[in-house]
Amino acid sequence: MNAATAAPSADILVIDDEVQIRRLLRLTLESAGYQVREAETGSLGLNEAAVRRPDVVILDLALPDLPGLDVLRRLREWSQLPVLILSVRGQESDKIAALDAGADDFLTKPFGGGELLARIRVLLRRAQPAAEPSIAQFGDIEVDFNKRTVTHAGVPLHLTAKEYSLLRLLLQHRGKVLTHRQLLREVWGPAHETDTHYLRVHMANLRKKVEPTPDQPRFLKTESGVGYRFVE
Amino acid sequence: MNSIATPSQPLPTFAVAVSPRPSPDALLASLQRAEQRARRGRLKIFFGMCPGVGKTYAMLQAAQAERRDGIDVVVGLVETHGRQETEALLAGLTVLARKVIPHGGITLTEFDLEAALSRRPQLVLVDEFAHTNAPGSRHPKRYQDIVELLDAGIDVFTTLNVQHVESRADAVRQITGATIHETVPDSVVASADQIELVDLTPEALRERLAEGKVYVPERAAIAGENFFRDTHLTALRELALRFVAEHVDERLRELRATGAARNVWRSGERLLVAVGPSPFSTQLVRWTRRMAAAQGAAWVAVSVESSRRLAPDSRRRLDQNLALARELGAEVVVTHDEDVATALVRVALQYNATQIVVGKSRTSRLFDLLRGGSLVDRLLRQSGPIDIYVVPSDRAAGGTSRRIEWEPPGATPAGEYVEVAVTLALLTAGGWVLRQPVGYLPIGLLYLLAVIGLSLRVGRWPVMLAGVLSALTWNFVFIPPVFTFGIEKFEDGMMFATYFVVALVAGHLTARIRAQERHERWREERATALLRLTQALGAARSLDDAVFAALRQSDALFGATSALLLSGDGQAAPVPHFAGSFTLTDKERSVADWAWRNRKKAGRFTDTLPSAEGFHVPLVREDRTLGVLVVCVPPDATLTLAQRDLAESFAAQLALVVESEELRAVGEREKLLAESDKLHRALLDGVSHELKTPLAVLTTAVENLRDADAAARERVIPEIATATRRLNRLVNNLLDQTRLESGALQPRLDWCDARDLFNAALAGTRESLGAHPLEVSVPPDMPVFRADFALMEQVIANLVLNAALHTPAGTPIFLAAGYDGARGRVFFTVADRGPGLPPEMRERLFKKFQRGDAARAGGLGLGLSIIHGFVAAQGGDIVAGENPGGGAVFTIYLPHTPHGNVPAE
Repeated sequence: MNAATAAPSADILVIDDEVQIRRLLRLTLESAGYQVREAETGSLGLNEAAVRRPDVVILDLALPDLPGLDVLRRLREWSQLPVLILSVRGQESDKIAALDAGADDFLTKPFGGGELLARIRVLLRRAQPAAEPSIAQFGDIEVDFNKRTVTHAGVPLHLTAKEYSLLRLLLQHRGKVLTHRQLLREVWGPAHETDTHYLRVHMANLRKKVEPTPDQPRFLKTESGVGYRFVE
Repeated sequence: MNSIATPSQPLPTFAVAVSPRPSPDALLASLQRAEQRARRGRLKIFFGMCPGVGKTYAMLQAAQAERRDGIDVVVGLVETHGRQETEALLAGLTVLARKVIPHGGITLTEFDLEAALSRRPQLVLVDEFAHTNAPGSRHPKRYQDIVELLDAGIDVFTTLNVQHVESRADAVRQITGATIHETVPDSVVASADQIELVDLTPEALRERLAEGKVYVPERAAIAGENFFRDTHLTALRELALRFVAEHVDERLRELRATGAARNVWRSGERLLVAVGPSPFSTQLVRWTRRMAAAQGAAWVAVSVESSRRLAPDSRRRLDQNLALARELGAEVVVTHDEDVATALVRVALQYNATQIVVGKSRTSRLFDLLRGGSLVDRLLRQSGPIDIYVVPSDRAAGGTSRRIEWEPPGATPAGEYVEVAVTLALLTAGGWVLRQPVGYLPIGLLYLLAVIGLSLRVGRWPVMLAGVLSALTWNFVFIPPVFTFGIEKFEDGMMFATYFVVALVAGHLTARIRAQERHERWREERATALLRLTQALGAARSLDDAVFAALRQSDALFGATSALLLSGDGQAAPVPHFAGSFTLTDKERSVADWAWRNRKKAGRFTDTLPSAEGFHVPLVREDRTLGVLVVCVPPDATLTLAQRDLAESFAAQLALVVESEELRAVGEREKLLAESDKLHRALLDGVSHELKTPLAVLTTAVENLRDADAAARERVIPEIATATRRLNRLVNNLLDQTRLESGALQPRLDWCDARDLFNAALAGTRESLGAHPLEVSVPPDMPVFRADFALMEQVIANLVLNAALHTPAGTPIFLAAGYDGARGRVFFTVADRGPGLPPEMRERLFKKFQRGDAARAGGLGLGLSIIHGFVAAQGGDIVAGENPGGGAVFTIYLPHTPHGNVPAE
């Protein structure tokens, strides 16, 4: 799918205090056909987001005036527009907090332009609410959300209820990182938000059932220390 | 040049002020005072000769002026006595509410110190400096409140009448006949930055009095009338003027000592005053202080302990007198001698005293004769070139309470009297049997023998009793005519008289020797205690050990429970050390806090918070207070001045130890700093090389990109990618090392999956692995384990990259995980088939900036050190070893506790 065709005139707001990073992002994004707006502080960014209503926000976590996390929280008070977090190594806990607070994806600096564009495309697609498909497919696997069945090359696969919930959740947010906390809360309930070992064990089992090479998963990807993401 | 000066009355005789020579001590003291003044608040005293001269009025006027200058002025407490002119001056000033203290059915209002401290104005007005606070206040005296305000850096205006100055109280009483109970120590008054005399002629004051403008408290009305007599007023005025002049003079002298280059050398006078337990000694102390002040001389207060023990009341008064002397600026010396004169001369010589001050003796002439002359006579004989001042007692001081009370005989165990009685009775019975064969004279010798024998066993008074009793019994029962006290023959009379004297003297001497022995023992105990403390402190391996030893010594020596509070850095409030045997209540904690903050003793036996259980001594070293030593004796026991001094010595010793411990820590830190300095230099060398290489590549590559054709560009791009990766890795390593060293690294342990971990770690290394085949193995039953995923990812990635860097191309790298259930750990190995690790390398492998000798690809040698740091931060361990079959192997062990059950559904 081509970016230009997916969102011919999508508007992207970059909130970052580093002028060089902004210039580079503008270069990459504009050459892919997006319109780019820049804000160098959190408050300017919030203002811009409120006035211009961009389609995607790229938000740096380290801003001079107020923490990126606060910018995100304020934004989330009135808007659900997709937010991509930029972080550096060493900010892991901030990153997870941002994801928990409703950020949609993250990129760790330094990152490649291709990676950035791919993430933006996913965010834009998700932002256009197509009718929820009742059937999802990846590899040889087909998931029927209405019937709650999973088949492998036409042969029914037996998934436990938790495994099915995990798979459905990741498929519904395809491309997006779901943090451990989010997954545990959705599947096991808020009381188990920190029982990461549930997730590890069930995810290992799920991978054995749906991944062609469970030791090197192609679809159900691990995001180091953060969570999981379904990748096509 | 023996001279006796006997002033007609103990009034100050002001010599012409001689400028003191600026001794280093004086200079230092002056500097310290200036420094102290810089951070202390400034004290201004409105000083008057008596009530009604308008001190409060003057103070309020001055306060209004300050307020107009924009100073934040608060009225802490002002007594206007309902005078309208005075009240009018309160307009515009903030007045603090008074603290209400219920006391025995009535309520008293007092100055609210806490409120003033928390309000923190620039200037506080507090009337009546000498006021005594209601029971239950923080300090017994208002001047202590004010000192605390000053210590807190708040300026204070206050008022004071001359009769309330400690050293002038006696003089005022002699003038007016009114006894003054509320006094302020001279040292406190002398610390005032400014004393403003509020002067009024006696005539004007009488007029104001007649107009009813002067408030005379009712209870003092009678004294008041007397007080305001013209002659009195004139004398009081002179006293007040003189006091202020003296203060100005001292100030001037201080200025001159620090400022002027030319100085008149001073004679170096030093006064020594003998202090006893009598109230007269109190006067003597004050008299000497005035003399010393007038001469600008130092002075020493000496108390001579003899073997006779003082009654508790006298003991307390002696302690009070010595405390007063110390308060008034004297150096206090307690010495032991049976002869006061000898002791005084000895101390005078030791301290280079030039004048000795003693009170006029009131002992009987007979007693003086027995002792070889009165105290003054004996002093004169021994003192050589030292001047002796004899100050007569003042009869008005109350002759009745003057007597020194010695420990009454009743305090000797009754058993000793029984022993005396039984011995004499037995001897008398035996003598009755023997009287026929030997006669009565040898029996007298037997009695004498018994008395001397007894004196070795019993106390002074029983021995005296034995001497008298035996003499009388001998006379009554044995010397003819028997059963009468009469004596027939002249030689018997001589025998009897000789016996009487010999028995008494022998008994007395022996008792004295024993008492001296006892005292020596106490002194030795004291010295031993300090010695043992020093030894224990020296032997202590750690501060905790030292504190423990010191507190146990203190417990044993004072028969007390003790506690030590230490302030870690001298900034934070001190906290109790666990070795303490005395558990501090909240109240005691606050007392200790006070002692620590104000660097003064507090609690029981002191003037501050005396109702506390413990005696609190701050551990002071130069400008810092390191902690507080608390000694708590049972309520019925007491700590004598000597014991309190000993407690202070303990505190001083402890302060030394605490400080040296701190210095050692600082030394260690400095060693570390030097070490880290060395590392920094190595780092700089390494970093400059490591950074410059990829930067050079990048610069060249960018130049090439500009000029080159498409094909060349394609070749340049991978070089740029490699260089940036290298730069990225270097920066990350440096950041990680910094995080590790700064302690900012907080591992977030969470459940991890080994396959996930390996995948994540290898994802970033594929490009760098080059031609090395990688074999990964994870056993099917590998459990999930707790680790920081991000840290472990880096650890594994770095180890794999390291292996790729240090082994020949084409050789395989093995990555494996495993579970050792028996030892409760999981492990991960990274092995290669390279040249392996020389054994001598393995030791220092994980240290910073250690690079394999054969390191080909450069690098800072930080990689393994970071890996080690990361693994250790997660509670694990990493070892380097030899791979069976050739090559190196690194094994990481992480502690593992299996997780709880995972529900299938």
